[in-house]
Amino acid sequence: MADLIGLIVFIGLLVLGYCAGTYFERKHYREIQVRERKTKHIPLITFGAKQPLPPAAAAQLFVGSVVVSADYFKIVTASLRNLIGGRVVAYESLLDRGRREALLRMKEQAIRWGATQVVNVRLETASIGNPTGDNNGLVAIEVVAYGTGLR
Amino acid sequence: MILTTLEGVPGKTIAEHYGLVQGSTIRAKNIGKDILAGFKNIIGGELKAYTELLHEARQEALDRMVRQAELQGANAVINIRFATSSVAQGAAELFAYGTAVRVQ
Repeated sequence: MADLIGLIVFIGLLVLGYCAGTYFERKHYREIQVRERKTKHIPLITFGAKQPLPPAAAAQLFVGSVVVSADYFKIVTASLRNLIGGRVVAYESLLDRGRREALLRMKEQAIRWGATQVVNVRLETASIGNPTGDNNGLVAIEVVAYGTGLR
Repeated sequence: MILTTLEGVPGKTIAEHYGLVQGSTIRAKNIGKDILAGFKNIIGGELKAYTELLHEARQEALDRMVRQAELQGANAVINIRFATSSVAQGAAELFAYGTAVRVQ
């Protein structure tokens, strides 16, 4: 009986994770696309160091960060994928979302300040959850994007 | 205080170098946030509590770096980089470093 209840809870979480997770991910992606189009006029440039300084009146550091976590369904499919190896598609979109969100946050701050471009952009990713799996199975990553806004 | 990730400040020349300045802070997550994050982990998405926590921590690391630069008489920190490392279970170190300079 206890096994049956455990199984029902597991399947329930799996279905909830899949439905809610997919819904929120789609919603987030739509939002990202809209904001990316809105901020397209400001170029993000990853070079800037080891070359002549660009002409500008003012420069300032901008940092954007976000912590995103995977849903239950993704965690389960990724752990199954771990058995046979190969591409872990479930986590690819998670990291992609995180990076784009962090870049957008940095960019939006720079635009509010009046930047015409953001140079020497760097991205940093750190895993927040415990990679070994205990710690109630939290799988979360933090992405930090930072760069110098010029105007 | 001017902060940039470039190797100088555009439109200004570097008058003096003061060398490396750094600031770091180690933060532990709290239990309440951890439990909430556990629930949030079922449906996925952004963990706002953690985003804020790490944002504040990074700001503090940056402030410490700036204070160190001010003590040396610098008016800008150039070539700033950030790093994050998990030190112990549930704790993360946020680290910012750069070169303190005086620009004209």
